[in-house]
Amino acid sequence: MSAVVAEHDDHHDHGPAKGLLRWVITTNHKDIGTLYLLFALAMFFVGGAMAMVIRAELFEPGMQFVNPQFFNSMTTMHALVMVFGAVMPAFVGLANWMIPMMIGAPDMALPRMNNMSFWMLVAGVLLLASTLFMEGGAPASGWTLYPPLVLQTGKALPFAIFSVHLLGISSIMGAINIIATIFNMRAPGMTLMKMPMFVWTWLITAFLLIAIMPVFAGAVTMLLTDRFFDTSFFDAAGGGDPVLYQHIFWFFGHPEVYVMILPTFGVASTIIPVFARKPLFGYSSMVYATSAIAFLSFIVWAHHMFTVGMPIAGELYFMYATMLIAIPTGVKVFNWTATMWKGSMTFETPMLFSIAFVVLFTMGGFTGLMMSVAPVDFQYHDTYFIVAHFHYTLVPASVFILMAAGYFWLPKWTGHMYDERIGRLHFWLSVISVNVLFFPQHFLGLAGMPRRIPDYAVQFADWNMISSIGGFIFGASQLLFLYIVIHTIKGGTGEKVTGEVWEDAAKHSLEWTLPSPPPYHSFTTPPTVIPTEHI
Amino acid sequence: MKKTKQLFASLVLMALGLGTAQAEYTLNLMRGVTKVSNDIYDLHMLILWICIFIGIGVFGTMFYSIYHHRKSRGHKAEQFHENTAVEIVWTIIPTLILIGMAIPATKAMIELDDVQESEMSIKVTGHQWKWEYEYLDNGIHFFSSLDEGSNKVRQVGSGLDPRSVPNYLLNVDKPLVIPTKKKIRFVFTSADVIHSWWVPDLGWKKDTNPGFINESWTSVDEPGTYRGQCTELCGKDHAFMPIVVIAMNEPEYNAWVEQQKAAAAAEAGSASKEWTKEDLVAKGKSVYETSCASCHMPDGAGLPGTFPALTASPVVTGDINAQVKLVSEGKGMMPAFGKVLSAVDFAAVVTYTRNGLGNSVGDSIQPSAIQALQSGTPVADKNE
Repeated sequence: MSAVVAEHDDHHDHGPAKGLLRWVITTNHKDIGTLYLLFALAMFFVGGAMAMVIRAELFEPGMQFVNPQFFNSMTTMHALVMVFGAVMPAFVGLANWMIPMMIGAPDMALPRMNNMSFWMLVAGVLLLASTLFMEGGAPASGWTLYPPLVLQTGKALPFAIFSVHLLGISSIMGAINIIATIFNMRAPGMTLMKMPMFVWTWLITAFLLIAIMPVFAGAVTMLLTDRFFDTSFFDAAGGGDPVLYQHIFWFFGHPEVYVMILPTFGVASTIIPVFARKPLFGYSSMVYATSAIAFLSFIVWAHHMFTVGMPIAGELYFMYATMLIAIPTGVKVFNWTATMWKGSMTFETPMLFSIAFVVLFTMGGFTGLMMSVAPVDFQYHDTYFIVAHFHYTLVPASVFILMAAGYFWLPKWTGHMYDERIGRLHFWLSVISVNVLFFPQHFLGLAGMPRRIPDYAVQFADWNMISSIGGFIFGASQLLFLYIVIHTIKGGTGEKVTGEVWEDAAKHSLEWTLPSPPPYHSFTTPPTVIPTEHI
Repeated sequence: MKKTKQLFASLVLMALGLGTAQAEYTLNLMRGVTKVSNDIYDLHMLILWICIFIGIGVFGTMFYSIYHHRKSRGHKAEQFHENTAVEIVWTIIPTLILIGMAIPATKAMIELDDVQESEMSIKVTGHQWKWEYEYLDNGIHFFSSLDEGSNKVRQVGSGLDPRSVPNYLLNVDKPLVIPTKKKIRFVFTSADVIHSWWVPDLGWKKDTNPGFINESWTSVDEPGTYRGQCTELCGKDHAFMPIVVIAMNEPEYNAWVEQQKAAAAAEAGSASKEWTKEDLVAKGKSVYETSCASCHMPDGAGLPGTFPALTASPVVTGDINAQVKLVSEGKGMMPAFGKVLSAVDFAAVVTYTRNGLGNSVGDSIQPSAIQALQSGTPVADKNE
């Protein structure tokens, strides 16, 4: 390996291939990171359009626009596109861009596999999207794909299953790459406890992915064989059980939501110290808390299944285990607050989104705590209370942090400064409308509105209308972010951007010691490592 | 900053609104009409208050910090970090709070789990897209579907106003009737996919899994009408299979039981008599609207690619026995109506499809012929 590095030093920087082909065959972590991020942004709008269809139909009671079957396809595809096409790829994009720079490495450990991971993702998502045009329509069983209902899907079923396989393989390969990179390519002197928090959270997330994606693949393969090859894993008549699927799915599904939130935590732990001009309050605490959350995430899955008819011992165990997750999560929230405390804060757009994340994610955490109490969950389960909970922990959490990361690192990636006024406008419109969109859904769930319904009883009308209005404004506001991204890539405000970009950022993390934009191979010689107490 | 203030306000409003919101059915969980539902409501409120309290603490601290510890106010950043004692304290205190929540939660779980010593049993079977109720002690048995008024209005593009229908989407043609102040055991299963039976006033929901039995119980303190919905996605009409439970004091309940038994006997009688084609078609139209129109459309046009049209359909205009077989046994997504419709309803709807919806085959089939077919069906076929 050192021989390869020496050879590279001898040449002038050869740079990327030319033209469109560059983007197809690139093995460069920055190019691949860009591909992931732009793909995710496009998918965010695709999934968002589906959400607009949903909120339009739910704007008033009665069925105005779509038939119920298509509505169910929309809810199903909205979730699948957002989870697998937008949020996960966006974080992989951030991982690709930032991990090598943050650990002082020239690139990822396995650059060609990196390229394949990206294109497999595209193939998987395109295959999934194509099911919208097949006979019988796209899957309409909810993103959870429960049997027996999912087995009533038309011609789309095997294609949806195959797309899950492709997406899973993409994620697993990406995870392997991240682990290999972090374990083997840190700059000398960068022990694990000197790595930036973003790197830590991705290291842990990568292990989660490797553990769970094969399980999901197994579950959907059993659906495939139940439908086509006469097995009866989920069919009582053959000795199986539909609830078995739920156990297998949620064994994947619960850690999956932590796959989406742990990198979110990592980014927040990166941005807040920079804008508070203070180190992260409790670095080792945050590492242990993240590890605890990841470990616990494997042993709580059946809190998604409190109403299926489990024996009471099972229900009580899963209730207690789930409640425990509040402890390390609380530790993280307290740490971010303590990081802000007695700092010298400024409130540029990345910081605005990060503060909103801490507040609104905590609210999502509160509803999660309420739902963990099994007997009360009997009233919340499968209602809009749950929908409100997971949207709070995904949209004003993961999506806001992705925006924060975009604003934070765009100057580094492009060498151009984004327009701060439009950034702030985007923020304020988003934070207000996201609450108008999702907060009333708590009331709807408590009042008795089930989820996954295209029409509802008249007493739910007012909050649904308010929620829909919030949705339309939120959706439209995201066009501002699209504008910012394009405008910044093309030159931004024209303001000169240094390597450090943000005041004293280089004290916190290595990427700010490189020029903006960074050279094609980032670090070709290992840098000096930053002490933990500055992170 | 503004956003934290806005959140405070919402939380406080929710807290204040709680009392008044009860009857309004719009802001908070309902207390319900059973001891269990009240216990669950109290647990919900306890946890909500704890969360609000912690939220005010955390957000208050952040808000204070955002206001005071900012560069524009000249505040200089202190560089402290790490404090093991503090980390331990803010780990231990939440743990104690959680234990405090877990104790009443465990009590409520154990209470709800105890199905023993119930005084009657009702079997609930979920179907796509209606509920089937069977009183295991006295044999009363019927299906409960979305009421006709709601069904008309909810058709896509109907242009009709949901507010013109009382209890829109929360009303059924035949409600479940139970006595008050008796411990009633429910057993749940499904005929096809997973559904979930939920009446918020009772305080719980239970999934209905095909091929398996779930149990729960209730004891309703107050007479009244309680409405709920299916709460597990079960296909296109998941939103359109509500539940209505009417709790009556014992004398009225007993009178209802007698009346149901008499009606069942009359129905059995009417199956053996000879029906005219016109009568069958008239009855069949209303059966079609409840049981068939949601997929095959009120005019028989179907949904191309998914649900076949009945107008000029080779099955409907072909051999009547072949059509009866298909409707009875189901096909693909189409349920087996032989187990769902009474002999009269079955004969009527088959006759209607052949003589309405743009078809004019001219023939008919008698309920007695269907009855003969149905009694030939082995009982062991049922999912139990």
